[in-house]
Amino acid sequence: MNMDFTQLPWSIMMPEIILLGTILILLLAELTRYRGEREKGDVLLPILSLLGLMIAMFSLWTLTGKVDQILNDSFRLDGFALLFKWIILGGTFLVVLLSMQDGNGEDAKSRGEYYILLLTAALGGMFMASSGDLITLFVGLELLSVSSYIMVGLRKRNIQSNEASFKYVVNGGIATATFLFGASYLYGLSGTTNLFQMAQQFAQPGFMNSFGTLVYAAFFFVVVGLSFKISTVPFHMWAPDVYQGAPTTVTAFLSVVSKAAGFAMLIRIFFTSFAWVSYQGGGTTRVILHDAAIYLAILSALSMILGNIMALRQINVKRMMAYSAIAHAGYILVPFAAYNNLMIDQVIFYLFAYLFTNLGVFALIDGVTRERGTEEIRAFAGLYHRSPFTALAMTILLLSLAGFPITAGFSGKLYILLGAIQNGNLWLASILIVTSVIAYYYYFGIIRQMYMRPGQTEAPLRLPTAVLAVMTIGLIGTLIGGFFPGQVLQWIQDPFSSNSLFQIFDGKF
Amino acid sequence: MPYLLTSILLSPLLGILILSFIPKEKGGLLQRIGILSALLPLLLTILLFAGFDIHSAENQFTENAEWFTLTYPVADAGGQLSWQSLPIQYTLAVDGISMPLLLMTAIVGFLAAAASYQVRRRVKEYFLLFLALEIGMFGVFMAQNLLLFFIFFEVTLVTTFLLVGIWGFTNREKAANSFLLYNGLGSLIMLVAFLLLFNQLYTFDMPTIRDHLAGTTMNEGLRAGLFFAILVAFGIKLPIFPFHSWMLKVHVEAPVPIVMIHSGVLLKMGAYGLLRFGIGFFPDLAPRFAWVLALLGLVNILYGAIIAFVQRDLKRMMAFSSISHMGVVLFGLAALNAEGIQGSIFQMISHGFISALLFFMIGVIYERTGTSNIDELGGLARSMPFAGGVFLTAAMASLGLPLLSGFISEFQAFLGLFLSDLKAYAAVGTLGLILTAAYMLRTVLRTTFGPIPERWKGLNDVETKELIPIAALLALILLIGIYPAALSDPLQATITDFLGRIGG
Repeated sequence: MNMDFTQLPWSIMMPEIILLGTILILLLAELTRYRGEREKGDVLLPILSLLGLMIAMFSLWTLTGKVDQILNDSFRLDGFALLFKWIILGGTFLVVLLSMQDGNGEDAKSRGEYYILLLTAALGGMFMASSGDLITLFVGLELLSVSSYIMVGLRKRNIQSNEASFKYVVNGGIATATFLFGASYLYGLSGTTNLFQMAQQFAQPGFMNSFGTLVYAAFFFVVVGLSFKISTVPFHMWAPDVYQGAPTTVTAFLSVVSKAAGFAMLIRIFFTSFAWVSYQGGGTTRVILHDAAIYLAILSALSMILGNIMALRQINVKRMMAYSAIAHAGYILVPFAAYNNLMIDQVIFYLFAYLFTNLGVFALIDGVTRERGTEEIRAFAGLYHRSPFTALAMTILLLSLAGFPITAGFSGKLYILLGAIQNGNLWLASILIVTSVIAYYYYFGIIRQMYMRPGQTEAPLRLPTAVLAVMTIGLIGTLIGGFFPGQVLQWIQDPFSSNSLFQIFDGKF
Repeated sequence: MPYLLTSILLSPLLGILILSFIPKEKGGLLQRIGILSALLPLLLTILLFAGFDIHSAENQFTENAEWFTLTYPVADAGGQLSWQSLPIQYTLAVDGISMPLLLMTAIVGFLAAAASYQVRRRVKEYFLLFLALEIGMFGVFMAQNLLLFFIFFEVTLVTTFLLVGIWGFTNREKAANSFLLYNGLGSLIMLVAFLLLFNQLYTFDMPTIRDHLAGTTMNEGLRAGLFFAILVAFGIKLPIFPFHSWMLKVHVEAPVPIVMIHSGVLLKMGAYGLLRFGIGFFPDLAPRFAWVLALLGLVNILYGAIIAFVQRDLKRMMAFSSISHMGVVLFGLAALNAEGIQGSIFQMISHGFISALLFFMIGVIYERTGTSNIDELGGLARSMPFAGGVFLTAAMASLGLPLLSGFISEFQAFLGLFLSDLKAYAAVGTLGLILTAAYMLRTVLRTTFGPIPERWKGLNDVETKELIPIAALLALILLIGIYPAALSDPLQATITDFLGRIGG
C-alpha cells in the first residue's frame, strides 16, 4: 500500500484529533497536579475539557456533509456522521458543564479521571459515527464502552455504584460478544470488513438466495448486540441498575451521548451494509430492509411497552428515567421498523430533541436530589413553592418527554408518527400512542409532586449555577424544537437528507 | 379591527403578564386582576360578534400566517414520490358554528373567573393557569388548521389537569389523573386520524381538507376508519358512554369555577369536534352511520338519567345529568337535518349556561353548608329564598321548561330526529325527558323545600359578588328561551351550507 499520508484530507478528522489532544493535555495536567489540589477537585480539568470540546465543535462547524474518506476508507465523513458528532460533542459539553458543580468528597477524588474518561468515551462515539469499516466501528464501540464501565463505577466506596459497574461490564461483555458473533458472520460471508464492499457482495446475483439465512442471522446478532448500547429489549436489563447506581452526570451521558452513538452505529451498519440490498427471490425483487423490518418492529414494540409499564412502578427517579430511556429507544426504533423516506431525519431530529430535553431533566434531577439527599421522586415534592421557575422549567421538559405540543419532544414524535403512517404501519403507531399515554402517568407523577404535594421544606431552592445553565440550555433547545420544528428539520436536512440516501438506492423498496 | 381573532386568543396573555409581576401575598389584588383579565376577551368577543355577518356561511375574520415548512415526500397519481415543501399554516377564522361557541366560551370563562372569588389558596397560580386554559379554549374554536387545533386542545388538557389536581376537593389527584389518561388517549387517537388525513391530502388546512374529501377517491374503508377514530376521540371528551367515568370524577372533584368551565365549555369541544370533523369531513358517511350516533345518544340519555335518579350527591347527580344532556346533542347530530343540527348547537350552548349556573349554585350551597349530600340538605329556601329560587329556575331550564333555553334546544334536537328516519330512537329517547323532569324536581325540591334542619337556619342568602354570575347566566338562559333567534340567526347560513354537503 503506497500512500502519501501528508496528501490525505486529514481535516475531516480534525474534531477527533482535537479531542485526542485535549485528552492528552488533561492526562498531563492530572499527572502534574499536587495531591492536595486533586482532592479539592479544582476547576482546571473541566475548564480545559470545555475548551477542548469548544474547539472541536468549531472545527466540526467548518466541515460540510460532503462525503470524504481516509485511511483506506475506514474513516468516513458524511452528512449523518456530521450530525451525530454534533449530538455527541454537544451532549458531552453539557455533561461536562453539569459536572462543574461542587461535588461531595467521594466525587471529587476521582475528578481527574472522570473528565478524561468522559472525553475518551466521546471520542469512541465520534469514531462509531464515522467508521466505514467493521474494525474501526468495533474499536470505537469498545472505547466508548470501557470508558463508560469505569465512569459508572467511579464512586469507589458506593456499593450501588460498584454493583452497577459490575452489572454493566458483565452485560456489556455479553452484548459485545453477541455483536462480534454477528460481525464475524458478516466478514465470513463477504470476505471483507469494509461496510461498502460488503453491500456489493450481498447484492451479487444469487448471493442472497444461497446465503440469505446466514445474512439474516448476522443481522439479527448485530442488532441484538447493539441493543445494549441503545438500551432496547433484549439487552436493556442493565439500564435501571446502572442509571440508578452511576453518578447522575454519568447517567445523563449514557442516556444521551452513548445512546446516540449506538444509533449512529446501527444506522451505519444497517444502511450501508445491508438495508438497501435488493435481490431476486420468490420471483420478485426483495429488499432486506423490508424483510428485516418485522424483527425491528418487535424489538421496538417490546421496548415501548416494557419501558413504559415498568416505569410506572418506580419510586427512584433515576430508575424511572432508565425505563423512560428504554421507552424512548423504542420510539426511535419505530422509523427503522416503519421505514420511510424521512426515517433518518426522524431519528436525528428525535435524538436532538432528546438531547436537550433529557439533559435538562437530568440537570434538575441532579440538582434537586443532591439538595434533598434522596433520589426518590418525592424529592420533587413542593418544588413549586420553593422555586416556581425551576418547577416551570421542569414541567416544560417533562411535557416534552411526554410528547406534548410546542416542545421538541412533540415535534419528534409527530415526525415519527408521520413516518409510521406513511409506511402504513398502523399497529406500531397504535402501540406508540397507547404507551405514550401510559407514560403520561409517570411524567405527570413528577409534576404532581412539584405542584400538588407538600414538601418537607418551603425554603427557597438554591441550585448550583452549572445546573441552572444546563437546564436553561435544555429548555431553550426544547422550545426551539417545538416552535420552529420546520427550521430545525431544515437544518438537519442541509448537510444530509434521507432524500439523497434514497436517490442513491433508487428509492424503491 | 385587524387581527381581532389573534387579539382575542392572546388577550388572556395580558392578564398573565400583569399577574406574573404581582407578589403572591396580595390575594385580593390578584383576584381582581384575574377577573378583569377574563373580561377583556369577553369584550373583544362581543366586538367580534357585532362585526359578524350572519348571512354568510363562509369563514370570517380569517387570519393567516405561515408557521413552518415541512419537506415531505408527496405521492402523485402514479404513486411516484417527489419531495415537496408543504407550508404548515397558522390560520384562525370563525363561521356560524364556531362564533356562538366562542362567545359562550368568553361568557362562561368570565363568569367562572368571577366565581373564582372562592379560590383562596395559591391565587396567583390559579389565575395564571385559568387564563392559559382560556387561551386553549379560544384556540380550539378558532383554529382552521388541524395541527393548531390539536395544540390548543392539548393546552386545555394540561391546564385542566393542574387546575383540578391542585384546587379540587379531596380526591382531586385521582380525578386529575383519570382526566389526563382518558383525554390524553382521546387526543392522541385524534392526532393519528389527523396525520392519516395529512398523509393522504398533504395539508392540515381544515377547509381544504373538507373540500378535498368531498370529491375524493380515498379508500372507503380508510374513511370509515377515520370517521370512527374521530368518533372515539371526541366521544371521550363529550363524553359518550362507556368513556364517561373520568368525567364523573372531574365533576365531583374539580373546584366550582373549573366545573363551570368543564361542563360548560370543555365537554362542548367534544361535540364541536364530532360536528366539525366527524360529520363535516365525512358528510357522505354520516347518513350511513347516523344510527350509531342516535344509538349512542339514546344510551347516554337513558343511562345518564336513570343513574342520576339514584344519586345522593348533588354533584354526582349533575354529572350524570350532563351525560344525559350530551345524549341530546348526539340526537341532534344524528338527525342530520336543519332542526337537528341547530338543536344540537343550541343544546351545547344552552347546557353551557345552565350547567354553569347549576354548578355555581351547588357551589354556593356547598360553601355555606359544607356538604352537597342531598339527604343532609333540605328546606334551604327558607333560609336562603333567593338562592333557592335561582336553583329551582336553573333546574327548570335543565329539564326543558318552555321559555327557558333548555326547552328550545331539546325540542329542536328531538324534532330533528323525529323528522329523520331514526324516529324510533327519538320515541324511546323521550323517556329520558320524563326521567330528567323527575330527578331534577326531586333533587331540587328535596334540597330547597320541606322541613329545614336546625343547623341550616341561619344561612346567608346570595351575596352581591355572587349576583354577577347568577344574573348574567339567568339572563342568557331567558334570552335564548324567549328569543331563540338571537342564537339561531347567526347559525342558519352556516348550517344550510353544512347540510348542503351531506348526502352522497
